[in-house]
Amino acid sequence: MWSLLILLPVLAPQEHPAARAAHHWAYTAPVRPTPPRSDVSPIDAFVDANAIRAGLTLAAEADRATLLRRLTFDLIGLPPTLEELDAFLADRSPDAYERAVDRLLASPHYGERWASPWLDLARYADTDGFNFDSPRTMWKYRDWVVDALNRDLPFDRFSELQLAGDLMPDAGEEGRIATGFHRNTMLNDEGGVDAEEARWDRLLDRASTTATVWLGSTLHCAQCHDHKYDPISQRDFYAMVAFFEPASEDKLELPTPEQTKRRRELQERVAQLEATGAAAAAITAAKKELKAFAVDSTLVLSERAGVAASTTLRVRGSYDVRGDTVEAAVPQALGPAWPADAPKNRLGLARWLVQPDHPLTARVHVNRLWGHLFGRPLVATPEDFGMQVPPVDHKELLDWLATEFVRLGWSQKRLLRTIVLSATYRRQCAVPADERERDPQNRWLARGARFRLPAEHVRDLQLAASGLLAPAIGGPGVFPLQADVSGVVPTNKAQLRWQPSAGHARHRRGLYTFWRRTATFVQFAVFDAPSREQCIVLRQRTNTPLQALSALNDPAAWEAAKALGARMAKAAGDDRDRLALGFRLCTSRAAEAEELDLLENALRAEAADQRWTLAGNALLNLDEALSR
Amino acid sequence: MSRHVDPLQPTRRAFLGQLGLGPIALSSLLGGERRAGPHFTPRAKNVIWLSMAGAPSQLDLFEPKPALDRHDGKPVPQELIAGQRFAFLKGTPHLLASPYSFALRGQCGAPVSELMPHLATIVDKIAFVKSMHTEQFNHGPAQVFMNTGHAVVGRPSCGSWVHYGLGSEAQDLPGFVVLVSGKIDPGAGPVLWSSGFLPAVHQGVELRTKGDPVPCVRDPEGVDRAARGRTIDLVNGLNRRRFEALGDPEIASRIHAYELAFRMQASVPELVDVQSEPAEVHALYGTEPGKNSFANNCLLARRLIERGVRFVQLHHRGWDHHGTDASDDLLHGLPNMCRQTDRAAVALVLDLERRGLLDETLVVWGGEFGRTPMQEVRDPKFLGRDHHAKAFTIWLAGAGIRRGVTLGATDELGYHIVEHPVHVNDLHATVLHLLGLDHERLTHRFQGRDYRLTDVGGTVVRAVLA
Repeated sequence: MWSLLILLPVLAPQEHPAARAAHHWAYTAPVRPTPPRSDVSPIDAFVDANAIRAGLTLAAEADRATLLRRLTFDLIGLPPTLEELDAFLADRSPDAYERAVDRLLASPHYGERWASPWLDLARYADTDGFNFDSPRTMWKYRDWVVDALNRDLPFDRFSELQLAGDLMPDAGEEGRIATGFHRNTMLNDEGGVDAEEARWDRLLDRASTTATVWLGSTLHCAQCHDHKYDPISQRDFYAMVAFFEPASEDKLELPTPEQTKRRRELQERVAQLEATGAAAAAITAAKKELKAFAVDSTLVLSERAGVAASTTLRVRGSYDVRGDTVEAAVPQALGPAWPADAPKNRLGLARWLVQPDHPLTARVHVNRLWGHLFGRPLVATPEDFGMQVPPVDHKELLDWLATEFVRLGWSQKRLLRTIVLSATYRRQCAVPADERERDPQNRWLARGARFRLPAEHVRDLQLAASGLLAPAIGGPGVFPLQADVSGVVPTNKAQLRWQPSAGHARHRRGLYTFWRRTATFVQFAVFDAPSREQCIVLRQRTNTPLQALSALNDPAAWEAAKALGARMAKAAGDDRDRLALGFRLCTSRAAEAEELDLLENALRAEAADQRWTLAGNALLNLDEALSR
Repeated sequence: MSRHVDPLQPTRRAFLGQLGLGPIALSSLLGGERRAGPHFTPRAKNVIWLSMAGAPSQLDLFEPKPALDRHDGKPVPQELIAGQRFAFLKGTPHLLASPYSFALRGQCGAPVSELMPHLATIVDKIAFVKSMHTEQFNHGPAQVFMNTGHAVVGRPSCGSWVHYGLGSEAQDLPGFVVLVSGKIDPGAGPVLWSSGFLPAVHQGVELRTKGDPVPCVRDPEGVDRAARGRTIDLVNGLNRRRFEALGDPEIASRIHAYELAFRMQASVPELVDVQSEPAEVHALYGTEPGKNSFANNCLLARRLIERGVRFVQLHHRGWDHHGTDASDDLLHGLPNMCRQTDRAAVALVLDLERRGLLDETLVVWGGEFGRTPMQEVRDPKFLGRDHHAKAFTIWLAGAGIRRGVTLGATDELGYHIVEHPVHVNDLHATVLHLLGLDHERLTHRFQGRDYRLTDVGGTVVRAVLA
């Protein structure tokens, strides 16, 4: 009895979640930490101190070929060309690496590389999803993302345009296209679907996705009840939904000059036929042609005048059980005060998200960027910075990066530049076994990061190494060669027609592959690309036999093997030189003598008509070819 | 196909030995991270789930309703439908008697209509649940619900959870295999076997019966097995050097993956080659080798279970009998679907039983919802029923299931459940329970909370357990 009484005061005061949240680090604006040393990059100062404290030895800088490969894949998603490699290896000037960084940041392929992870967040696809999975025209939005990244549109502006570009008078057409971000929701038009309920589902998706992408918050947990861990009430969730209530879903026509001209011609023809009293059949035919004439377009959001930014809370999340009316508002605990001059609409929401002192937005974004460069983000749950977030090993580094990002004017290019110039980024992967055993996950970043390429870049590597790559940027989705899908029983109306594109369109970068939600491009699905049915923050990275089968036997992979084989076969020198060329095209480094021995012996074992294709096939399947 | 002799075997084994990775590591490559195994002694080792996509009409197969016969053609009582929403029915629909006759079958006296003569012979071996209900009345969401316990896509499927919980004993095949047959009709597609937020190694692998059984399993034109073996040997030889230099375990995993890929190239075609089965087996199932059919898939299901695959799911589409035309009405479409499935599903149960596999294999048969007691009139020439989420029938057989019982009942019109309702979460809890898994303890942390197949619901249906 006595012991119980003594224990009670210790156990009893369960702190209210809101009180605990008040001192949750992620809900407090980062204070720029002072690096422990000032003679090295702040990134290195933070990382080195942690790594040394963990008893690890800092690995040396990677060799130059490895470095250029890593950098080129990370910044533009392609392997370096042999010319670029030669030039870099020959350039002994102290700023050679820095100039390579700047060259790559200025490449038009930079936007392509960084668009894919953003499109995972934006759930971009070329079809509606669900049972019918009909095609939609959204590629103008995708191209806008590529272009905005290439222009290094500051992340605050980049965010505002996508959330509320239609409400920004100075944004013009670009602002309207950018609102496609929230038109990437799936569309359910199955029989019996209540149109209003389907619209409601899209609103919930918009609120949840906004919270995931900018706040790293699991706001959607509060759809049915107050959040179990985070200071988010059920009301907060619907207050976020309310921002999206006034938006209507529209199609924006973006005719090319030729399309405008052609349409005018068709209109004039109808008018002329009518004016001259032509036969009814001729008029009907001309009108039909005019109606069928499609110009480029994209899906956008537009604010409906006079519609309030408010919604109705749904009791226990149930669509048909209406509760109180809730006005648009942001979750109080998750950020700074609402800016005094901000309108209570999506634009105000966007402005609130990109307040320089917002505790989450910059942290959440730099954490994702770090994850793409190092294979794992600093915060292990990039989709959840809430109360359940696991301890962060490099907390000061995270905060420094977040404040630096804002200080650099939200410039993604400048932030990436800072990171890739650090010694931490440039370290080699090879370390003594005991060092690796002491930190198998590379938590402390004492060695370089090495990991398999994302799905699109596996394809890009195959195209680049084989010389097939068509480097054009932008345009509608294309249909590359795909593995046999004849045995796939299609879903309801989504017929599995995949007529491979002809000419250059067949060899475009992975980014441009037509993204079909119910039947993801086989090679991409195998290499962990998401279906894009919902917002995905970080892809999984698996290592499976299906990937081996794809890289060995997929028709597009085989086509690349043939082209690489032909490229080697007709190259100058003897077989050994040719194999060395192929090896370098795939791995970016010079083969060692023993490696060439293995390759040469294997080449000799094969029939003359096939040996070069098989050699190309083997080279494109090396772990090193598939990794960066 | 003759058994492939592996030309690389000695070097492979030597290498695996070097790495200190034996068969366990290999199976973990297929099965992903192996969990601690069952929570308690399991009754079943494996599951075969026969998904009758499109929703079979329980009222024309298992649920004779004399009241429907008496009131055939009369308006449905208002109190039944007030405030309810249907996929297609509008206004006040009329009741529809089943055009089929029923008889009480076996010792247990379970009613089965004339459309399923084969099932009628095994009613004493199986358990009917007549009181299944779900929360969704459209095919896509209801199928996603039946397969993942949640109506919105993104959660792991039942098979993925099982694989996550138990791994698989299959050495040369994925542990969760999906087979699809039937016409192009309602189906939510690959989300039904998605691993959701669980690691992708737990996702179902679709084995196709036309074209490549798994993507890219076939070597390119002109490449023979020996040449493919040499390529993999070369790739792995070079990768091995890299592994020695860098020590990155991902390289070792990739070496294993290529070994396994090579073996799968032999094991998968061998598996799908049902020609090798004796004529008597083909007669039992009604299989026609080379055809995409439910019967072929039932036979493949048995072959998969024999090879240690943990969870086999068949999806047979085409049960959506609204009465638009002859293909989807109760007088032509429904008997046709029964002809496609009745013999084979029963053959599967009997074949498993005589091989001693039924004791360790749970078989589940059922759709994503049921059909209405009211007629849907799309074309007066045809008979149809709309979607009905409030009550439908499934059957269970095999490991741990009571034989010859019927659980639950509906009202005299077959509209509402009046006895022992079984929610989709309850069915999932029961399946996991039979496999030795506690549905409340089989969890995975995602986005800050622990998720489970049964969400916040689910009660094990003990009444059907042996």
